Amino acid sequence: MMLPPSHPDQATKWENVILPPTKDLHKIDVYRQGGGYGALKKALAMKPEEVIEEVKRSNLRGRGGACFPTGLKWSFMPKAGTKAKYLCVNGDESEPGTFKDRQIFEFNPHLLIEGTLIACWAMGITAAYIYIRGEYGKWIRMLERALEDAYSNRLVGENILDSGFTTQIYIHKGAGAYICGEESSLMNSIEGDRGYPRVKPPFPAQVGLWGCPTTINNVETIANVPVIIERGAAWYAGVGSPKHPGPLLVGVSGHVNQPGVYEMPTGVPLLEIIHKWSGGVPGHKGIKAVIPGGSSTMVLRGEALEGVRMDADSLKAAGSSVGTAGLIVMDEDTDLIAVITRIAKFYYHESCGQCTPCREGTGWLWKLLTRFEAGEARMSDVALLMDVANNIEGNTICALGDAAAWPVQSMLRQFRDEFERRTVDRPDDAPVSA
Amino acid sequence: MLNENNLKRVEELKRRYPTTQALTLPVLWMVQEQEGYVSEASMQEVAELLNVTFAHVLGVVTFYTMFHTKPVGRHHIEVCTNVSCMLRGSEKIMSHLEHRLGVKCGETTPDKKVTLNETECLGACGYAPMLAIGEAYHEHLTPDKVDRLLEGLS
Ligand SMILES: Cc1cc2nc3c(=O)[nH]c(=O)nc-3n(C[C@H](O)[C@H](O)[C@H](O)COP(=O)(O)O)c2cc1C
Ligand code: FES
Repeated sequence: MMLPPSHPDQATKWENVILPPTKDLHKIDVYRQGGGYGALKKALAMKPEEVIEEVKRSNLRGRGGACFPTGLKWSFMPKAGTKAKYLCVNGDESEPGTFKDRQIFEFNPHLLIEGTLIACWAMGITAAYIYIRGEYGKWIRMLERALEDAYSNRLVGENILDSGFTTQIYIHKGAGAYICGEESSLMNSIEGDRGYPRVKPPFPAQVGLWGCPTTINNVETIANVPVIIERGAAWYAGVGSPKHPGPLLVGVSGHVNQPGVYEMPTGVPLLEIIHKWSGGVPGHKGIKAVIPGGSSTMVLRGEALEGVRMDADSLKAAGSSVGTAGLIVMDEDTDLIAVITRIAKFYYHESCGQCTPCREGTGWLWKLLTRFEAGEARMSDVALLMDVANNIEGNTICALGDAAAWPVQSMLRQFRDEFERRTVDRPDDAPVSA
Repeated sequence: MLNENNLKRVEELKRRYPTTQALTLPVLWMVQEQEGYVSEASMQEVAELLNVTFAHVLGVVTFYTMFHTKPVGRHHIEVCTNVSCMLRGSEKIMSHLEHRLGVKCGETTPDKKVTLNETECLGACGYAPMLAIGEAYHEHLTPDKVDRLLEGLS
């Protein structure tokens, strides 16, 4: 089996903890020899509240896109009560530019299983569903193998490590729908229904899967949990950016020499990620634009990357967000109109159709953009495009509408001239706005 | 009709979920693995097996893009054309395939051997351009590599 890409010498120093370069780490014996499932043992000796407190102190924030503080989310789960409680581990991984959870399934599946067990212990949960996109058949089988081994080693199921704690882990296979990564659609999908998002409130911690208290966390988020328990919250909180700490799986794609998933502390400068970790831009070309955190995050101009770091605060200050840390790099020759048209087509295709602004609006965005792509748009279409995007944003049940609007809005703000150049009625002498 | 082994798996699955409706996706997957696609007759059968309505099953099948309601070619080639793949030349891969297979995207070859489609991001963005044939991912594609892939299809 392949090993995850190794760390380049010239970049920020980091020794991988989520994807360590250990041969055959996916095998349970290798994982246990390296101390694996030790964090579980440690957690089971702690009180559940203490585990939640430790995760809170670590400042771990969700890796699924919204950066929500994980310990806080866990503390929303009711402590007492007779109802069942559930954990959903979100491995839908369908945001274009994102391909990191897949590395965890492949290289370190037991870390995910161990994290799932610790999360269940902390929240008093007796059943967890790991939801994985249907296209990941190969990776589903890898995780299934690991889970079988964990069951036969009595690490999952009845009376785990003789602690008296019992919990089950099940894998649920999706069937091709980006929307099912949205947490409430994901629950509908596990319930065997179409993946329509639910109106919030009520929030999943009160009314989730089958009406029961539920927590939803991303795969990478859960994989961080054993690391926190093993090394302690203080260690974890000191890694990378203080307000958004920890190791981060950054997926780099597009115009770089060595695309791939790299584990690094949060807060590494984007330019270092591009030039040091990913080998720079082919042909030493300039960078026209980047999308920092998956296709729904706001685009940034290449010239504006100086000082911008891969963490929640720095990217927010730069006018974007960290999202899933899927960094898409576009060189100076990129046709950005073609790029945004393709992104818009994706959201149009993936809109579940429940809310009118999203169902209709995503289609209009795409159709308008095809006019620009064909050089048939009019100057008035530039404003119309922004108007349509603005009318989707904030007007839908789930954030897919926002995810469709943000890339268009930001592309218009950052590269308005590119749009104007593709119109039929732009006066020749008109100054191109910047 | 689900074979005996699959019916046994259904019984096991019932222990994993508090409702039978929750088995809709897993059971549809079994049907598709067994039959290659999900026919109306199968949907009816799934509805009876899980004690849900036919309309529910139909609604689910049509919502998720991976369920096929019609047989597809023996090999289903799906080329990712989303942004990261596009930046690495997925268009060239698609037109090469169209040319080699003599069909347009969305069509099946007359001998029913290959169906060609475009697909949304498959989570292989760093290894672009890519395509999937069934569950198998083929990454870092070049026209030459595509030719070799096609030669290998039986
Ligand atoms: C349209 C849409 C798609 C999403 N897709 C994913 C996904 O594939 N994986 C994921 O973990 N979160 C996804 N999310 C975010 C989830 O709703 C949720 O916030 C996340 O799983 C919570 O986990 P975290 O707190 O650990 O980040 C998506 C959200 C939206 C609105
Ligand atoms: S964009 Fe093609 S695999 Fe992600």
